[in-house]
Amino acid sequence: MLADNDRIFTNIYGFQDKSLKGAMARGHWDGTKGFIAQGRDWIIQQIKDSGLRGRGGAGFPTGLKWSFMPKQSDGRPHYLVVNADESEPGTCKDREILRNDPHTLIEGCLIAACAMGAHVGYIYVRGEFIREREALQRAIDECYDAGLLGKGNTNGWDFDLYVHHGAGAYICGEETALLESLEGKKGQPRLKPPFPANMGLYGCPTTVNNVESIAVTPTILRRGASWFSSFGAPNNLGTKLFCVSGHVNKPATFEEAMSIPFSELVEKHCGGIRGGKDNLLAVIPGGSSVPLVPAEQIWDAAMDFDSLRALKSGLGTAAVIVLDKSTDVVRAITRISYFYKHESCGQCTPCREGTGWMWRVLTRMSEGRAQKKEIDMLLEVAGQVEGHTICALGDAAAWPVQGLIRHFRHEIEKKIDAYSANPHGEPVRIAAE
Amino acid sequence: MAKVIVDGQEIEVPGEYTLMQACEAAGAEIPRFCYHERLSIAGNCRMCLVEVKGSPKPVASCAQNVRDLRPGPNGEPPVINTRTPLVKKAREGVMEFLLINHPLDCPICDQGGECDLQDQAMAYGVDKSRYSENKRAVEDKYIGPLVKTVMTRCIHCTRCVRFTTEVAGIAELGLIGRGEDAEITTYLEQAMTSELQGNVVDLCPVGALTSKPFAFNARPWELLKTESTDMMDAVGSAIRVDARGREVMRVLPRLNEAVNEEWISDKTRHVADGLRTQRLDQPYLRENGRLRPATWPEAFAAIAARVKATAPAKIGALAGDLATLEEMYALKGLVAALGSSNIDGRQDGVKLDPAHGRASYLFNPGIAAIEEADAILLVGTNPRREAPIVNARIRKRWRMGGVKIAVIGEVVDLTYTYDYLGAGPDTLADVVAGKHSFAEVLKGAKKPLVIVGQGALARADGVAVLSLAAHAATAFGALAEDWNGFAVLHTAASRVGALDLGLVPGADGLDAAAMAGGGVDVLFNLGADEIAIGDGPFVVYIGTHGDRGAHRADVILPGATYTEKSGLTANTEGRIQVVNRAGFPPGEAKEDWAILRALSDVLGVKLPFDSLVQLRAAMAKDHPHTLRIGGLAPVDGAAIGALASRGGKVEASPFIAAIDDFYMTNPIARASATLAECSAIAKGSHRQAAE
Repeated sequence: MLADNDRIFTNIYGFQDKSLKGAMARGHWDGTKGFIAQGRDWIIQQIKDSGLRGRGGAGFPTGLKWSFMPKQSDGRPHYLVVNADESEPGTCKDREILRNDPHTLIEGCLIAACAMGAHVGYIYVRGEFIREREALQRAIDECYDAGLLGKGNTNGWDFDLYVHHGAGAYICGEETALLESLEGKKGQPRLKPPFPANMGLYGCPTTVNNVESIAVTPTILRRGASWFSSFGAPNNLGTKLFCVSGHVNKPATFEEAMSIPFSELVEKHCGGIRGGKDNLLAVIPGGSSVPLVPAEQIWDAAMDFDSLRALKSGLGTAAVIVLDKSTDVVRAITRISYFYKHESCGQCTPCREGTGWMWRVLTRMSEGRAQKKEIDMLLEVAGQVEGHTICALGDAAAWPVQGLIRHFRHEIEKKIDAYSANPHGEPVRIAAE
Repeated sequence: MAKVIVDGQEIEVPGEYTLMQACEAAGAEIPRFCYHERLSIAGNCRMCLVEVKGSPKPVASCAQNVRDLRPGPNGEPPVINTRTPLVKKAREGVMEFLLINHPLDCPICDQGGECDLQDQAMAYGVDKSRYSENKRAVEDKYIGPLVKTVMTRCIHCTRCVRFTTEVAGIAELGLIGRGEDAEITTYLEQAMTSELQGNVVDLCPVGALTSKPFAFNARPWELLKTESTDMMDAVGSAIRVDARGREVMRVLPRLNEAVNEEWISDKTRHVADGLRTQRLDQPYLRENGRLRPATWPEAFAAIAARVKATAPAKIGALAGDLATLEEMYALKGLVAALGSSNIDGRQDGVKLDPAHGRASYLFNPGIAAIEEADAILLVGTNPRREAPIVNARIRKRWRMGGVKIAVIGEVVDLTYTYDYLGAGPDTLADVVAGKHSFAEVLKGAKKPLVIVGQGALARADGVAVLSLAAHAATAFGALAEDWNGFAVLHTAASRVGALDLGLVPGADGLDAAAMAGGGVDVLFNLGADEIAIGDGPFVVYIGTHGDRGAHRADVILPGATYTEKSGLTANTEGRIQVVNRAGFPPGEAKEDWAILRALSDVLGVKLPFDSLVQLRAAMAKDHPHTLRIGGLAPVDGAAIGALASRGGKVEASPFIAAIDDFYMTNPIARASATLAECSAIAKGSHRQAAE
């Protein structure tokens, strides 16, 4: 279990003072000027050395991403955009940072901006996060008042930080749709290439990072890349906020070292599975978009990018959704499927049409009103959606369905059998005439 | 240049080519719905997926450049495959997705037979549906009198949205809603206000947007298609006339990069019903103040009697806006043979004259060259109404950036931003004198373009204004070795032809206004309907529609419209183009040149040709440039310099655009119920019941 003095987010529950004074007392904003003085190459190298991988779900190495920004500006400004549109069902880590530990993020923004030569940053906050936005704005105002942000600030890197409030669309968490939305357009993903590092916000070089990726960087610099990389398995280094929800005794968001076994995660932090280990049915380990993993495979698995990938799932945002045996897993996935149908932006064909198709078929299957051959058809439809779309929402819609059929085909068949054995439920009464 | 291997064949293409272009260069066919050469890339239909070696997912070939591909590990060229099972499966998948919510009502769909979805479903789809849920239904939208919507058929390719925002320059069509519930609409269900809206029908790959006037009229395969040239404005758009029997059912655009690309204006497209109504199908003779049907010999005899009794100096002729070169040449020959020099092809009184040189009345740089201009001055013109296709070019240029546009004349919405300099000739004089800030812009421009409209020239001081505009062109370097930036934008299809053929009064001849005012006793009127002819002259009207000219006529000789005759026409650039006959004129109506030829015989001054071929040969002998069909003849720009030094006194009154109502500019358009509805909507007087 991660020692308390190794935690980056020391006020994730809001038990301490959230103000700038309190944050500074916990060690934030310490030596920031010195890091900036070391220059952007040093910062990027430190982040690369730390092995930090993006915390937004895809796990792309953060240092590498920053290094894609042009070294010399061609006259266009550079932008840092922070993705605080945390909408993935099950995920609730960024919101805790925003409302309880915002100074980690603000300091991280300044350092990241320096590393990519940006003097302006935007934080795109999810529409439903009202209090979080207020807390973040309060913290930013404090930093401006204290001379930590703005032009001619004490840290030696001119930087303005703006909070932008979204309108609550899930798709705006996709980086290019987020940029469109930030520009005031309809939130629909852009075609890539060109990538945001070349043509991002307003056509200028832009890097979009997750809140957590940015928020951990100041501590990495303060304590050293080797400290951060001392946690976790190779290629999956550092500490990470896990959000465990569902059928555990004490659902929680907490910071833990990467690659911690699932069993330790639930036993130590969440008071175990509801009804004991044997009552575990399956786990969705990385937010609703990743395929579920059945109990026997997940129990000893290390919670990191690579081991979960080997289980044909993913760490995603580390939003662990635990399902015990009381769950109707088909209905659960049907509900997730409805979410993606509802949130599809409608731009490209496979996702627009496929998400609705999958949801409708699953709805019938969850009642048993289907034929067994439709299970294979559903799998094929999911395969036709996956990888054929502009953004990853198509994949995200297809994976839960594929996971369900991969591991719980028998559950669907059981429902179909039960329905076809007695399709009308109660015997139908017909009036004698 | 970059090397790629497409289906095993190595080819070299420019790096900025998309994968789709590269595949087509290699001869592979790529299906697509949302991609269109002249619109921005949306990449949303996903039909054009191809396999790129090294990429785990299929790639949308319309949206990726060849230079963005990574070479193989040993530097071998990137490999694209378009015929692998992966690609086939991906296409089948996309096609299936497109069809699950498509109504499959082809038997009652007007797009049937020319539907991209139909064709591609045949070529790339599977033969049966696995979708057993209910299909989505979408409410139809009202988006104007020209475009009929059946929105359930929409496949959300957004071509129409991109066309209206990018080419037409109106932000009135958009995609609202999300996911399955996304719908194309004009938001508040108002009629679109663009003069180019009909093009969305051609762009729509399915039957969601179809032509409202053409609805349920014909199937594409029963139509006889004739390639022709439009005469509704002076642009000379390339068109295809689709006729069934004698009747023109619809007009579609043809590709002509130099003129109209592949767009046509709504007037060009929807004038078709005007070709059927209000037609003159037999000769008429005025007796006791009333017109009565007559036979050709009766009508000719009446004319002959009148002409014989009239002195040559009291005979005159007018040519209207829709005449082809041949009939104007014949008219000129007839008048000359009768011994008169009273002839005018400028019924609007525009002060252009071939005496100033051919360059003084042409759109010299050509329409396509608008894209090269870096400063544009519009003088007394509203191109959006006078020539929507030219306006679309200017907008295209404006979208490329790096161009300054200024207007002298009326303040109007041209769909692009411009500097408004002033209303009248004074402002133009200020610009020429360098007193205006825009003079610096013109001076600094490499290819300045001065576009002069008929509104600036059809006034008493027209010659002085023309001279001033020419002065502007010469003063700001619009006349260089490789650039002639002096452009006259005409509004009438026949005007340039009339000037080319010299249909202007001779030395002591009368002009149009003088003849119409009673300066002649016999007036031959070849379809001039935009001029009021006073009491006095005996008017012989050769025309097609019961419009203003026919009402004032003493003898009516029924002629043929531009879809019923073969001929040549010169557009505003001076480009000679061919008009082809798509059907025969109604009743006893004849082709106009033949009427003039027959009449000349009756009048005893037989014209020296018996066929259109002979006529053309004679015309080519007098005017050799009429042989150069399709291209632009070189024009001596020196004429503009001479014109510039001519000078003259200008009046202070502001320029007023030549066209007030875009939809009602000629007798054919005025006979069209469709265009009348458009006109009423444009004027804001259209009433619709609240629903």
